[in-house]
Amino acid sequence: MSEHEHTEHIVSPGTYLVIILTLLALTGITVFAAFVDLGRFNIVVALLIATIKATLVVLIFMHAKYAPERTKLVIIAGIFWLALLLFMTLSDYATRVDYRGVRYPLTQIISHAIERRG
Amino acid sequence: MPEKHYLNATYGIRSWLLTTDHKRIALLYLASVTFFFFIGGFFAMMIRLHLLTPNGFLLTPDMYNRMFTMHGVTMVFFFLIPSIPAILGNFLIPIMIGAKDLAFPKINLLSWYIYVVGGLFTLWSMVNGGLDTGWTFYTPFSTLYSNSAVAPAVVGVFITGFSSILTGLNFLVTVHTMRAPGMTWFRLPLFVWAHYATSIVMILGTPVIAITLGLAAMERVFGLGFFNPAMGGDPILFQHLFWFYSHPAVYIMILPAMGVISELIPTFARKRLFGYHFVAAASLAIAVIGFVVWTHHMFLTGQSTYAAVAFSFLTFIVAIPSAIKTFNWTATLFGGSISFDTPMLYAFGFLGLFMIGGLTGLFLGALGVDINIHDTYFVVAHFHYIMVGGAVMGYLGGLHFWWPKITGRMYPEWLARIAAFILFIGFNFTFFPQFILGIMGMPRRYHTYPPEFQIYNVMSTAGASILAIGYLLPMVYLTWAAFYGKVAGDNPWPATGLEWKTQSPPLTENFEVTPVVTWEAYDFHNRPDLELDVPSGKGSPGVVAPAHGDD
Amino acid sequence: MHRTGALYGQFKTLEQQKDTATLGMWIFLVTEVMFFGGIMLAYTINRHTYFHAFAMGSNTLSLGLGGFNTVVLLASSFTMAMAVWSSQTSKKGLITLFLSLTIFLGFVFFGVKYVEYAQKFHHHLVPGKNFDIFYCVNNPAKCSDIDAADMAKEKEELEVAAKADPDLNAHAQLYYSAYFGMTGLHALHMVIGAGLLFWLLKESVAGKFNAEWNNPVDIVGLYWHFVDIVWIYLFPLLYLIDRHK
Repeated sequence: MSEHEHTEHIVSPGTYLVIILTLLALTGITVFAAFVDLGRFNIVVALLIATIKATLVVLIFMHAKYAPERTKLVIIAGIFWLALLLFMTLSDYATRVDYRGVRYPLTQIISHAIERRG
Repeated sequence: MPEKHYLNATYGIRSWLLTTDHKRIALLYLASVTFFFFIGGFFAMMIRLHLLTPNGFLLTPDMYNRMFTMHGVTMVFFFLIPSIPAILGNFLIPIMIGAKDLAFPKINLLSWYIYVVGGLFTLWSMVNGGLDTGWTFYTPFSTLYSNSAVAPAVVGVFITGFSSILTGLNFLVTVHTMRAPGMTWFRLPLFVWAHYATSIVMILGTPVIAITLGLAAMERVFGLGFFNPAMGGDPILFQHLFWFYSHPAVYIMILPAMGVISELIPTFARKRLFGYHFVAAASLAIAVIGFVVWTHHMFLTGQSTYAAVAFSFLTFIVAIPSAIKTFNWTATLFGGSISFDTPMLYAFGFLGLFMIGGLTGLFLGALGVDINIHDTYFVVAHFHYIMVGGAVMGYLGGLHFWWPKITGRMYPEWLARIAAFILFIGFNFTFFPQFILGIMGMPRRYHTYPPEFQIYNVMSTAGASILAIGYLLPMVYLTWAAFYGKVAGDNPWPATGLEWKTQSPPLTENFEVTPVVTWEAYDFHNRPDLELDVPSGKGSPGVVAPAHGDD
Repeated sequence: MHRTGALYGQFKTLEQQKDTATLGMWIFLVTEVMFFGGIMLAYTINRHTYFHAFAMGSNTLSLGLGGFNTVVLLASSFTMAMAVWSSQTSKKGLITLFLSLTIFLGFVFFGVKYVEYAQKFHHHLVPGKNFDIFYCVNNPAKCSDIDAADMAKEKEELEVAAKADPDLNAHAQLYYSAYFGMTGLHALHMVIGAGLLFWLLKESVAGKFNAEWNNPVDIVGLYWHFVDIVWIYLFPLLYLIDRHK
């Protein structure tokens, strides 16, 4: 079963130009957003914008949009495994009752539930 | 013996050290891996000799720490992880899928050189200060307090990790893009599926230990602080990062061995493997689920109880695909024509010993029980049952099974069977007493123990000396057989894989003409080319005559 | 030595060879994701636990230089993509031009990084014996590159942070461990990328790349874009913590 029968899709310089301008604009927005007090959502916004930028680079600059299904699976697997590493480890820290005097939001919810039970 | 083959195609040391032939690279690995096995074995001998008496007559406490550490580091990183993939995998995968070589032959050679360089680094550290942190390198001892050669050893392991990554990369790409016409995914031998799953683990896990050891080295040398409590760092973070790889690493060690068993049992039971698709899927399941159980090594660190419960549950789940495989192998035996050639003896040994090792893993995965047996000899016995009783049995079984293909000559069958028995007996005498010691409470990594434990320690050491003979015998007779054994022919067993359709030893390019595959894996009934004694006629599949080895 | 564009023995067609190499590079990039992921985990946990120290550390970084470097790297991704396009359309001169631009932008990045690192060394902000987050406010004469207004701001921020975290100096080292660890690894990968780009440049000048064979440009491009993506995350994570104060 040969999976490599696809003609090469050539992305035009025009598309690349649009993408780089978008990336630069998003960079500007990131910096601007950093100076707005969004409390604990500052990091969320920053990561969201970074992820949009990364997605544009992967899809267009790295041609993932035009790549075979197999490549897309590899990319998704990589992202999923990174998420596994981060979230499964955080599942330990985030559910400890008291880690270095810092309570993660999840821990606070659990602790409140336990306290209310008595 | 065929006139021309990969061993005599070219001569001279350069033709070996600069080869890109996957078969020669496999033999390069065989030599270097065996070398490190001896080194690891030497450290094991020191441990067992020292533990003959409760007060440790042989080694100082510091030296004892170095012995078990270096035994672990050598055996895990330089023997178990490379052994089957880099030797048997490298040799067989291209032939099994009908290709001329792996996808990246030069990277394959680079892989070997990286392994050697990493090994030399680690070896250097062993003779220049040694290593006393345990193979687990726990911080802050390894980063701040140990007086041993931590930095070069960590660099050595880091380097060797790249060898693993490149091998895994090569295998994954090869299986995707280099299969011969007609070799669909579900006609692949399960040995290939097993290595595919192993490669997934190598690719996704090894980089994490790389960064972990890198951070530990940077902490020791440059003063970075992630694991340093004085700076607010967290030693448990090191353990999370370390075990994120090191647990899946044990699946790197066992999946290839399972792949070997999946080849041996159909061949020597003369029967199609029961539940091919389930075994293939189970390999992938082990690889994936194996990544989300790692904190079961950390149940006693003070981690979150809620997380511990989740990981304990997942640890029980990961046993299921292994159990599925074990049932399928057993079901394959049922109604088969079983012969007891040496590879099959190793396969039987695997079945029993892996089962014990695997089930005792469940004891350890149970939170309440683990409180009592964590860091005792119960753990030591558990992982030796899987790694030696499982992985090494698979390795030796595979070496024997494919030795005629690799060298063109048969090993001496009766001597090999005796050696297999000696190994099995020696193994059980070495490690079964350790289960008892663990339950009685003997901690691991201690250089002394209470006198009431001595009887079991003596039994264990005695067993180890028998086990050593069981290892030495194959090394001697396999080497002898490579030069003087009986000429084997293309397919001495006969077995159904594509590798058995080539000459023994194979040509450098494996196949003169690219094969076109039209048959299913392990299909003894539809392979007239094997000239088996197959009852004809439709209806019941009928029993195929047993394998005859070299007679 | 291999010859670019020649069909290697283990492959049947150039298409298979190209397909194989590209898949190989993507899988390699996944290993890099997991590699950086480990230090990202260390960053994540420590940032949450020692937020004040991390915010303090982040504010000692020059937003101007960091932002400039971000623009430089994004631009280098653009020039790299254009180099790939040039090779796909057999425009030999343009391949060389865009590869050269990419290398040039890479070196600009290194230059700025050097300035930043030198500054950190000078200000005693490298984890280790000499680390002292209070060094510049206590010795303004020694940190003459910080002007009076910024110095006052830093002093104020330090007071607030020190009150929130009595062990600020110790914990701030964790921030700088993350900073040097992450940007250092990133820079190392860029150096390797630059090396690969130099090799590509040599081959392109020799006329090796065209519409029929441009795989090496493509896969080095994949690597370079990945290095850019790492920086896309590093910039907000390291430079933009709590800037709104």
